[in-house]
This record gives sequence, structure tokens and C-alpha cells, in this order.
Amino acid sequence: MNSIPISWYLVLSAGLFSIGLFGVLARKNAVAILLGIELMLNAVNINLVTFWRYNNPADVTGQVFAIIVFAVAAAEVAVGLALVISIYRKRDTVMAEDINLMKW
Amino acid sequence: MTTMQVLFLFFAAIILGSAIKVVTTKKMIHAAFWLVVALFGIAALYAMLNAGFLAMVQIVVYVGAIAILFIFAVMLTRKELLDKGAALNNNKTIAALISLVFFGGLLLLLTNWSGFTKMAPDLPEGDMVAKLGEALVTPNAYLLPFEVASVLLLAALIGAVYVANEARSE
Repeated sequence: MNSIPISWYLVLSAGLFSIGLFGVLARKNAVAILLGIELMLNAVNINLVTFWRYNNPADVTGQVFAIIVFAVAAAEVAVGLALVISIYRKRDTVMAEDINLMKW
Repeated sequence: MTTMQVLFLFFAAIILGSAIKVVTTKKMIHAAFWLVVALFGIAALYAMLNAGFLAMVQIVVYVGAIAILFIFAVMLTRKELLDKGAALNNNKTIAALISLVFFGGLLLLLTNWSGFTKMAPDLPEGDMVAKLGEALVTPNAYLLPFEVASVLLLAALIGAVYVANEARSE
């Protein structure tokens, strides 16, 4: 049952975080940037649950942290997508490079 | 290779492959669906880590709510059904470089850490879900963060409705 070392999970979540980081930095569409942020949040959550399981499974702290991250992610997506839709209505675009009103 | 290891590699391949599709696919609606695939894979990982409750929450909250929200947003924010033009901006080379360097740095940190090859301890006796539920409503445990999270969700709900509602007078 416990034949997987912790390293496998940590490397997977590091890779997932890096892919999400690439999405945030390189995508044009603002909705796609939010998708990248979701990938990063999920990578963090995998780490939290992994450390809970491998360090002290009798203590539920890691799982509680993961649940708080779920709630924050839901709030962040709701507000972020509302902002994107609002910008789309005003400026008719969701491309991050075209939203340059405050760009110096 | 044990069955668990094979299962892990299978789900890891699904997660990483669909995550790469999420950040590179040109069609936004396909990217949102690839995110659903990745989230299902992560739910399977939670189940493998003996966190069954979190696996269920992952499917209900992420796949059932957040991914649907993304799909709605994608459908609400495009002028025509075809996505034209490049998906990535001009900084994609630098972005890929930064991501790779970040990944390499993380690997370097992790491989130098002494607990890197640790195996999982045995699970304690008793029902983990019941323990988790009690911890969330015990004042000495996590009642306050739990309540703060619910207030945050309420604030986000009202804020999202206010921001996205264009009918109000300017």
C-alpha cells in the first residue's frame, strides 16, 4: 500500500506548479491566465496533502489547510472571472496585452 | 513496480499531459476541458493519499463548480466561435525559461533535503473524516479559519455579482 516515496508526489507537484507558472506568464487570454493560477493552486494542494500523509497523518492540519485553499480558490476564480467579464463588456477584449489603460 | 506505483505514474502522466494542454491549447474551451481532466487526475491522487474526503471535495468543488465557471466565462467572452491568433504572447521563450529554471531550482532544493525518499507512515486508527469534521467545528482547533473562509466566500459572492453586473447606473 505505502510503496510510493514522498519524492514522487513532490516532483509531480513541482512540475505542475511550473506548468501553471508558464501558463500565467505566457498566455494571452486573461481566462487562460486564471486557468494557470488554478494549476498552481492545485500543485500547492497536492503538496499540502502529501506532507499531511507522510509526516503526521494523525493530525488533520494538512487537510484543513487544503480545504481553506479550496475555498480561497473558489473565491478567487469567482472574482477574477467577474472582472474579466466586466472588462470584456467595457473594452470588447480579454487579451491581457490589450488591457493597457493603466500601462505606463 | 507495485500496483500503486503503476497507478501513480498513470495519473501523473494524465495530470502533467493535460496541464500542458491547458497552457498551450489555442481553443479556450478545449483548455477548460483539459483542466477538468487534470482536476480528475488530482482527485485520484488525493484518493491514493488516503484523503478520500478531499478527493470528493475536489470533484464537487473544482470539477463541479470552478471548471463550469471557467467554461461559462469562456463562452461569455468571445465574439465568434473560432479562436484566432496565437495563444501565447511574445514572451513565451522567456516564460518557458523562467518556468524551467524554477522547476530546476525546486528539484535542486528537494534532492538536497534529507527526507526526500521518506515512505508514508501507517494510518492511525479511527475515522479520518470524522476527525476532520470535528476539527473544523472545535473552537480550540480550526473553527475560526473555517468561519473566516465562509465570510470570504460571501464577500467574493457579493463582489462578483457587483463587478459583473452591468445593469446598474454608472
